[in-house]
Amino acid sequence: MPALPLDEAGKYVAAAYVVFVVLLVVYIGIMAAKLSRISREIEEIAELAEQRRAEEQEPEPEEVRS
Amino acid sequence: MKPSTLRTLVLLTALLIGVGFALVFFYASNEADQGFIQKIFYLHVPLAIVALGGFVLGGIHAIRHLRSGDPVHDARSYVSIHASVIFGVAVLVTGAIWAKGSWGKWWVWDEPTLVSFLIVFLLYCTYYPLRYAIEDRDRQARYASVFAITAGAFVPLNFMAVRAAESLVHPRTFGTVEGGMPGDMWLTFLVCFAGIALLWVTLVSFELTAKRTSGQLSRLRRALDDGGHGGGPGVARRIAPSGAGSR
Repeated sequence: MPALPLDEAGKYVAAAYVVFVVLLVVYIGIMAAKLSRISREIEEIAELAEQRRAEEQEPEPEEVRS
Repeated sequence: MKPSTLRTLVLLTALLIGVGFALVFFYASNEADQGFIQKIFYLHVPLAIVALGGFVLGGIHAIRHLRSGDPVHDARSYVSIHASVIFGVAVLVTGAIWAKGSWGKWWVWDEPTLVSFLIVFLLYCTYYPLRYAIEDRDRQARYASVFAITAGAFVPLNFMAVRAAESLVHPRTFGTVEGGMPGDMWLTFLVCFAGIALLWVTLVSFELTAKRTSGQLSRLRRALDDGGHGGGPGVARRIAPSGAGSR
């Protein structure tokens, strides 16, 4: 097949590079969603740990009386 | 991997890919036979080489997993195959676009290079259902490793078989009797290849870091649930049901 003229070939070249960029952006988006889920879970676990520590530090009523 | 190392990897990848694409459009000469459409070569071929290399690397990690029993090697094998499957999608799509422009068809079924890559890609697509069909984590890792080794060994064999076969239309770019590529095309190809290879390394590093963090979170959650309060379902269990973060 003879070489395509620039205006014709340009569409295919652009399409190939755009597909690559789109795939990359989608992958980065998925990774970002995963990281935000992890960061949300870390916050929740940190809150839980602080809650536990506060409960442990609070003296029991019986112990206070004795 | 440290966040600073990941940041350096990302910057280096972006720089190499940026320089590579600039060389493609502003430095490398147009190929005499195909003209401007040959620019797809600098994207399509590195993606294909890196994807196939990633599949083989996944097999090597799987061998290390079976030898040592260390789940870290299983995670590396899984992530290598996962990233390579994504690169495989890019190879198939960019290849189809190039084929349409050059040959007038999206796909040519009697071309060994195309069909063999599709077979390898589809083979690795079955890795996911095989892996997640098994509930027991140890058995899942062992079976996945056996698959990764078998399929990983198939990749170079398949490559050699295709090279030995008589091609109809797909060009042979490296080491042909006609002399291969001129210097400017080689340089551009090598920079693009380095950029795409580094992109693969970066994506694998990110995925592994995310998996490791997820695993540490699960352990922390278990420790919090078991610690002191015993009994009923803890808050930590409520915020993340068992199995979350394992994939």
